[in-house]
Amino acid sequence: MKHSGLQASLAQGIENAAALLLAVLWLSPLLYAFWAAFHPPEYAIRFDLTAPLTLENFREAWDQAPFARYFLNTFMLVTSILAAQFVLCTLAAYAFVRFEFPGRDIAFALVLVQLMIMPEVLIVENYRTMSHLGLVDTILGIGLPYMASAFGIFLLRQTFKTVPKELDDAARVEGCSHMQVLWKVYVPLARPTYIAYGLVSISYHWNNFLWPLVITNSVTTRPLTVGLAIFGAPESGVDWSIISAATLLAVAPLLLAFLLFQRQFVQSFMYAGIK
Amino acid sequence: MTERTRLVGNAVYGWLLLLPAAVLLAAFTHYPAVATLAQSLFTSGTALRPAEFAGLDNYRFMLEDEVFWRVLENNVWYAIGTIPASIALAMLMAVWVNRRLPLRAFVRMSYFTPTILPMIAVANIWLFFYTPEIGLIDQIAAGFGIGSRNWLGNPDTVLGCIIVLTIWKEAGFFMIFYLAALQSLPPELEEAARLEGASRWHFFRRVTFPLLMPTTLFVLINAVINSFKLVDQLFILTKGGPDNASALLLYYIYEVAFSFFDQAYASTLTVVLLAALAIIAIGQFVILDKRIHYR
Repeated sequence: MKHSGLQASLAQGIENAAALLLAVLWLSPLLYAFWAAFHPPEYAIRFDLTAPLTLENFREAWDQAPFARYFLNTFMLVTSILAAQFVLCTLAAYAFVRFEFPGRDIAFALVLVQLMIMPEVLIVENYRTMSHLGLVDTILGIGLPYMASAFGIFLLRQTFKTVPKELDDAARVEGCSHMQVLWKVYVPLARPTYIAYGLVSISYHWNNFLWPLVITNSVTTRPLTVGLAIFGAPESGVDWSIISAATLLAVAPLLLAFLLFQRQFVQSFMYAGIK
Repeated sequence: MTERTRLVGNAVYGWLLLLPAAVLLAAFTHYPAVATLAQSLFTSGTALRPAEFAGLDNYRFMLEDEVFWRVLENNVWYAIGTIPASIALAMLMAVWVNRRLPLRAFVRMSYFTPTILPMIAVANIWLFFYTPEIGLIDQIAAGFGIGSRNWLGNPDTVLGCIIVLTIWKEAGFFMIFYLAALQSLPPELEEAARLEGASRWHFFRRVTFPLLMPTTLFVLINAVINSFKLVDQLFILTKGGPDNASALLLYYIYEVAFSFFDQAYASTLTVVLLAALAIIAIGQFVILDKRIHYR
């Protein structure tokens, strides 16, 4: 018995060590980027603990490409998408939960189609549409295909369904209009869903690349990911340390937010996933 | 107000609420899906020559296009390479993070971090790992006396490199879903198993794994979709090369449409992608109908 206890704790120890090792391995690309970004270029592949620290790479990166503008573009893009998604998905989810109308089930099925066929698959046709609408190379053009989100409608519908009918009825008896009921009863009760969906949406659109690449072609509209891809292209001849610095700059706000609100992030992704 | 007018009023109100989202969805999901199909039957128009009806010519061309077959084959290998590995790793990570573990918060954060980083940004970092001679992998290999390799320049290794990066990026994301599922399992199960003297492996294989089946199905569908959708890293690492050895379907569509400006052929290729997604959707319904539930 004592022997098997020893064996079990040994096995436990090996497992713990493996879990930790994997964690370090998983983090190592990011750790490496930190190393390269904060040290002079000659230390990019020499791991010397006495290497001097520097912010020079960040300054160079900042000077060599209009990152301030890219930040602004990404910020405008992410916030406008999120605001539109909240409004559109809330209204649509409310319609599906609270109203009887002909074609409701078919309409819902049609909404769910977008879960499979995401806008990035339809870049060819959507580009044509945007050029007809005169929206090529605009922030609105990047955001528009994502604003009505099947995922958002689905999540909010699931949440609104759990709102007790009595609450709704009580508000109606008090003389609230449909809109007031939505605003005063449904929306407050769905707060956790909004937070979860918001975090997922922000990280998705902060990181999105293919469609923004296709639809933008100037500094005034390009989001960070596209700007970074152009900056890091081998043809541009920029060295590793500076690319690492630029990469960290681009991910800094999201990474910082993630480190600060780790629990919320993880829980939001979980919450959004199990609905 | 009669009951009838109230009902009609309600229906109108419902449709009005849905309208803004419905218009956008129709414009950017349903219409383009149908238009893609239509476009694939025409030639690419130019300023001088308008598009003409071409029947199945584009499809005939596609079947004879070696690059198309190459890309499709790559996509199959990409799926085979990324899906089982990232799902297995995700399960392992979730099981580890779900139990008592020193530095658990740190471990969980490390696993999850790749998820919130943009693919473009991490590809920049990985590019450096794969660079011959000065790259990190070659540096380490040199330490063991192994010669340098051009990982991304060699058709035999390039897709493998892309696969490894993608597994790294995806596994932590899938872990979250397993973690959520594990936390919803009653703890008494494990206690009972321990009293019975079942080993941890035995318990996992006979109890946890089957109970996680609905989650696995959900993750599997996501992973399959991702294997068609995740191509951002190619823009940084390989641009589909060398000699299309790492090009994937969606990347090829992008190239045909926006580098070669052949809209009609790009639409034809998109139809293939849409068909693949439709098959996944149908498969999902069939499997869900059979209901893999162990409750």
